[in-house]
Amino acid sequence: MEIIPAEIPEKEIAHPDIHLDGLDNLWFQVGGTLCNIACGHCFISCSPANRSFGFMALEQVERYLKESLEIGVKEYYFTGGEPFMNRQILDILQLTLGYGPATVLTNGMLIKEKTARRLQELEAGSIYSLEIRVSLDGYSEEMNDAIRGKGVFQKTLRGVRLLYEYGFLPIITVAKTWEDHEDETVLNGFINTLKVNGCARPRLKILPSLKIGREIARDRGYDRYEMVTEAMLEGYDCSQLICSNSRIATDRGVFVCPILIESEDAYLGETLKEATKSYRLKQQACYTCYLYGAICSNFTG
Amino acid sequence: MYSNYLALQETLKDAWRRGADAIFCLGDLGAFGPHPDRACEILRKNEIAVVQGNYDNSIGNRLQDCQCGYTDPRDNYFAKLSYNYTYANTAEDHKRWMKTLPGEIRLEMGKYRALLCHGSPRKMNEFLWESTTPTHFLEKLCRDYRADIICATHTGLHWQRELPGDKYFANVGVIGRPENNGQTSVGYMLLEVNDTPRFTYVPVEYDYQRLAGEMREEKLPEEFVETILTGWWTTCLEVLPAKERKRGRF
Repeated sequence: MEIIPAEIPEKEIAHPDIHLDGLDNLWFQVGGTLCNIACGHCFISCSPANRSFGFMALEQVERYLKESLEIGVKEYYFTGGEPFMNRQILDILQLTLGYGPATVLTNGMLIKEKTARRLQELEAGSIYSLEIRVSLDGYSEEMNDAIRGKGVFQKTLRGVRLLYEYGFLPIITVAKTWEDHEDETVLNGFINTLKVNGCARPRLKILPSLKIGREIARDRGYDRYEMVTEAMLEGYDCSQLICSNSRIATDRGVFVCPILIESEDAYLGETLKEATKSYRLKQQACYTCYLYGAICSNFTG
Repeated sequence: MYSNYLALQETLKDAWRRGADAIFCLGDLGAFGPHPDRACEILRKNEIAVVQGNYDNSIGNRLQDCQCGYTDPRDNYFAKLSYNYTYANTAEDHKRWMKTLPGEIRLEMGKYRALLCHGSPRKMNEFLWESTTPTHFLEKLCRDYRADIICATHTGLHWQRELPGDKYFANVGVIGRPENNGQTSVGYMLLEVNDTPRFTYVPVEYDYQRLAGEMREEKLPEEFVETILTGWWTTCLEVLPAKERKRGRF
């Protein structure tokens, strides 16, 4: 790894341009930056009051879905904020499942029985998979609610139980906030919690911490040297970087990736076609993507 | 293939009995099963055309891992066990042969241009699952790679789809291990082109008890043996999309 000495000015650092190999993953900031909770580690500081990005309307999503046909998009992802705050989310998912597989990222708190039943109907009515990724950051109430807020643990698990009852195998998505030596204890803790709550086949996805947004105050920001330079890409598999295969549509146009929608240089255009241009890795969050790879999509390969 | 030479023998017999004009193997000769050289010998002796899979690319180029594309630690643990066994038990001559295998085979079948590959035409270890591969994506592959018929494998689960514009895609499945459906049989895809292409999935029964016994003798993981004996996948599950995962037991 190349360490950048603190005395080198930013303008003299060579940041690489990443070419879009193919737009495989199209994300939608369908919940904007509005969320029913305000997690201590949220990298875009979503909250009930953050209206930087608004809900996407069904018609906006449909415009991008139609454009995605010619481009050959492979998977569609829906995030926020909290997607289930958007009253059109079920219609949006139904429409999307006519085009391809859909994944929705949620805290699960707003999933009521009626919602779970409708999701089951949508999934059964499509040849494509509907994945539900539920965020949970602790295997106990104490651990989770310290990050996600009081009462969140129980409400999220209620949503998870409903999803299991209606035939889903949600992917529990966990932002890593513990030390490496605690991995085994923590992962076993999650598996036990999920099994107690009705899931015989737990699916877990562990995400690295992104040191931007509210996470700077909760933990820390990036160090001076934590950035991606051209030299660091020698021999590196750039398909690991989300900007090589993804874009995110919002109510304010298309941005490079779900992590960077609040960075001015991440806006790439109004249409998917305009957004196929290269992106220069100047943001420090790109360093996390560089280190861990494929942090946003469900799987690689 | 996954080293399942017993299933390979039965597959060849069945395909010859049906009068197949040609037989193609879409790669991943090793992994999972015992005695990797045996399948290689059968393929080479019978001059079966083989596409290079990620496993063959890794073994042939003497890489450290199988490039299977797994992301889960447990999946990678079993993938590593399997790769180390296969690498250690593959003869040098077969390794050199694997390195020379082509990444794709193209055929003219009547008016149709067929492309045979391992994962996808664009990436050797790309997973093309039925429930996460949109029709418009397959149409783009046909356009980009100038093919009317694309055949791939890599996922271990067969499926097929007719695309708009007289184009066709088939994931031909595998004969190396069962399809995570509780059946011990494996299978292959028969492609017939008369007026239009027609894919028929052909189940193959073989002596799976013998294979399981040899796997145990070779001290391969009991989890692999269980899959052969029950027809349910026990490992490498985390890459499965929701629909495919739900159909299995684990």
